[in-house]
Amino acid sequence: MPIGLESWTLARPEIFLAAVTALLLVYGVLRGEESTRFVAAATTVALLVTALLIFIPYRQGTAFASLFVVDRLTGTMKALTLVGAAIAIPMSQSYFERVKVWRFEYPLLVALSSLGMMLMISANDLMSLYVGLELQSLALYVIAAFQRDSVRSTEAGIKYFVLGSVASGMLLFGASLIYGFCGGTAFVQISRALLDGKAGELGTVIGLVFVVAGLAFKIAAVPFHMWTPDVYEGAPTPVTAFFAISPKIAALSLTVSVLMGPFKPLFAEWQQIIIVVSVLSMALGAFAALRQPNIKRLMAYSSISNVGYILLGVASGTEKGIQAMVFYLVIYTVMTLGTFAIILLMKRRDVMVENVSDLAGLGRTQPMMAFAMMILMFSLAGIPPLAGFWAKLYIFMAAIEAQLFWPAVLGVLASVVASYYYLRIVRAMYFDEPAEGLDRMTFGVNRAVAIAAALLVAVFSLAPQPLSLAAAAAAKGLFP
Amino acid sequence: MSSWPILSLVTFLPLVGALFCLVVNGPKEAVDRNCRSAALITSLVTFVLSLVLWADFDIAKPGFQFEEKLAWIPSLNIGYHMGIDGISLFFVLLSTLLTPICILSSWEAIQNHVKEYMIAFLVLETFMVGMFCALDLALFYVFFEGVLIPMFLIIGVWGGKRRVYAAFKFFLYTLLGSVLMLLAIIAIYWQIGTTDLPTAFEKLSLPFRWQFWLWLAFFASFAVKIPMWPVHTWLPDAHVEAPTAGSVILAAVLLKMGGYGFIRFAVTLMPEATQYFAPLIFGLSVVAIIYTSLVALVQEDMKKLIAYSSIAHMGFVTIGIYVMNMQAVQGSIFQMLSHGIVSAALFLCVGVIYDRMHTREIAAYGGLVHRMPRYAFVFLFFTLASLGLPGLSGFVGEFLVIVGTFKANTWVAFLATTALITGAAYALWLYRRIIFGELTKSSLKAILDMNRREIAVFLPLVLITLWMGVYPASFLDPMAPAVDKLIGDYNAAIKLAHTASAKP
Repeated sequence: MPIGLESWTLARPEIFLAAVTALLLVYGVLRGEESTRFVAAATTVALLVTALLIFIPYRQGTAFASLFVVDRLTGTMKALTLVGAAIAIPMSQSYFERVKVWRFEYPLLVALSSLGMMLMISANDLMSLYVGLELQSLALYVIAAFQRDSVRSTEAGIKYFVLGSVASGMLLFGASLIYGFCGGTAFVQISRALLDGKAGELGTVIGLVFVVAGLAFKIAAVPFHMWTPDVYEGAPTPVTAFFAISPKIAALSLTVSVLMGPFKPLFAEWQQIIIVVSVLSMALGAFAALRQPNIKRLMAYSSISNVGYILLGVASGTEKGIQAMVFYLVIYTVMTLGTFAIILLMKRRDVMVENVSDLAGLGRTQPMMAFAMMILMFSLAGIPPLAGFWAKLYIFMAAIEAQLFWPAVLGVLASVVASYYYLRIVRAMYFDEPAEGLDRMTFGVNRAVAIAAALLVAVFSLAPQPLSLAAAAAAKGLFP
Repeated sequence: MSSWPILSLVTFLPLVGALFCLVVNGPKEAVDRNCRSAALITSLVTFVLSLVLWADFDIAKPGFQFEEKLAWIPSLNIGYHMGIDGISLFFVLLSTLLTPICILSSWEAIQNHVKEYMIAFLVLETFMVGMFCALDLALFYVFFEGVLIPMFLIIGVWGGKRRVYAAFKFFLYTLLGSVLMLLAIIAIYWQIGTTDLPTAFEKLSLPFRWQFWLWLAFFASFAVKIPMWPVHTWLPDAHVEAPTAGSVILAAVLLKMGGYGFIRFAVTLMPEATQYFAPLIFGLSVVAIIYTSLVALVQEDMKKLIAYSSIAHMGFVTIGIYVMNMQAVQGSIFQMLSHGIVSAALFLCVGVIYDRMHTREIAAYGGLVHRMPRYAFVFLFFTLASLGLPGLSGFVGEFLVIVGTFKANTWVAFLATTALITGAAYALWLYRRIIFGELTKSSLKAILDMNRREIAVFLPLVLITLWMGVYPASFLDPMAPAVDKLIGDYNAAIKLAHTASAKP
């Protein structure tokens, strides 16, 4: 089948990003070290332009012999991923300059992984899915170990690589079983074969289980979460911030498009798996971090529990559920960016510190930043009137409407447990006496991101409607 | 009827003051002074505005007044819907009255983080007033749980020695209850497709099996808030550790959220379950009344004693609500209002001597009447009001509840009445140990009587207590039509359910 012009126009954001990245790579190689500042800025701009290209002008359809699909949902998810990546780059600069590895490869690797994520999100075939996933993962393995003279960072990179490869293996194994039983890799073929009676065969169900396991690893859902705390703690902090946002969004979007697309006929089978994974993630994310002293590890558990809530929306399998997921992801992105911006500002005598106890007395020494952090923490705990509450509300609305009563009850109970460790951070900042204050948090990107995020979260209740509508429009992509 | 959105003004005006405090800058002295005055002025203006509500309130109407309705999330039918009826009117007034009193009472007691303190109180006022005005379940929940944030900080930052423990316990306990209520709210939304409360009153008719579970979910939230035995244990801790003004707001308004919630939501939305669970409520309340009164007798700490007495008083409230006749429901609302004033005043009384001596231990005092005659009078006044002396506010509520309960269940009334005896015992004994006797402790020799600011704090409370006791009709009349409607609707719903079940 010849590839028409339509395919190229649909994929123009990806093509643009790939071209710009390649050009910048050449530029960086030729200019060497002093090109870093320009490459970083250009990559940020390129990522934002790519996000705009998705919607201006907006087109939808399938491309490249249905390997690639563009609709409202994939468009929204890509835009969110790209914005997350674009903000993560300037946030990293001061950290990497401090450890003397502010090199031009970093922004380019972020851009390449974003490209992989875009392909994942748009995948409409097990082949393109795998290609996108690997492009993303390989870039991520490298940036996890980017601070290469740090033992912790390289260890995180290796761990991530080894475990990530196992997950990819599982995914491939599942995919090959599916291929064998359904006779095709395209999502449409799989779905048709399942509807034609292949759904009952053991091989397809085992294949499904393996695919879901591989995806669960990528989104760090229990029981495939073990790598998360170690990688989050070991990776350089700005990389952790990036990990907590863009790859998560992309992998969740991929999970949804696989489960709600080709495997829709197996809904009854995968719903059970997702419910169990979701409840376990919420519970483990809540309990494991209760006494966690390290704030990066704490955020790792927090992200595990957040994935649990999002999966509850996915498990409902309804349009409301997908809407809730998109809604949640947007708010989650804002909260996570803000929180990590503050973690990146935590320094004492010019050395980065990352324990909850280091925040002691921040409310006294730096009221503004402490206030921002407090708002973000209450929001993560899901207390109204902050944005995090609405995110959870939407999820539970979807779950109740899908009659998932017990998972919803367990979910709210887990959220109470989880609120304990968010409160611990507030406690450290406001109730404890400062031991030795942190360095003054300087003006700059991170401070701006933190304050903007806190402000957005705080005033969100004034107008939840626009985001609600946008999420609803995105969910329409799966339910035309 | 005023056409401007007066309820929203009353609700959100404190936020303006909070915003002012937030941006105010300069040397610490000036900031503290400005924040104190700004908070006091804002809350006083808010109070005056809320008096307009009372003046313009049409006491003949049973329905909601001053209604405001805006689309909030129209795609989900969640609206910004405010309005008050005779039941909520006085709770709004109670909140707006006590906030300036709290701010005035902490004028000198709070010296560090004054700015943050004032912001917390003003934000708290917005949430409290909003909660009593909300006519949309989602909006109600936002205000209801939003209260936790400022209160957590007030206990945790300005509290006593074990403040961190108390703040966490308060937060987690109440959060645990309210998240279950959130699920119940969502379930109701799922049934009728909107969170609008008046619509829910009309349209919602749940089968009993559903009412059963939803009632339990609402119960989990309100029972913790009120609090009922055996989920009351957060209250003594929170009360004891909170700063004086924090205890005042906790006792006077936050506890009332539970009672108000029962009346507004649990009873009206789930009438069959209300009837079904009434014996449970009676049982728990009677246990609470007897048990906490006895516990109060042996307390060493003044604040703890008053905290336990609050639980006993709230036991009357829950009994009254679930008896569901005119006297009992009116009585429990009145009891809540009276307790709001009296317990607030008692905590302020403790605050007065705590500010001077920095201890709440009963044994550290004695013979204060010799040095502090004015204080002795005020304390006696509120002690008597608390134990239900006729002519003061506490009597009316308790009497009405007992009369109403007697009609429904003699034994419950009998057992509840024992609280009047034990209540007198612990209150008077507390008074004797602190005020009477010889002034022997050397630390107390130089203690000063109340100053003008403190008198200004107590004077309105004394007058209102007298007013409520001498002429309760000014409070009972406006709430009568609303309570009448509440009971009428409830009986109609029960009757409907019975005829439906009688038919095969």
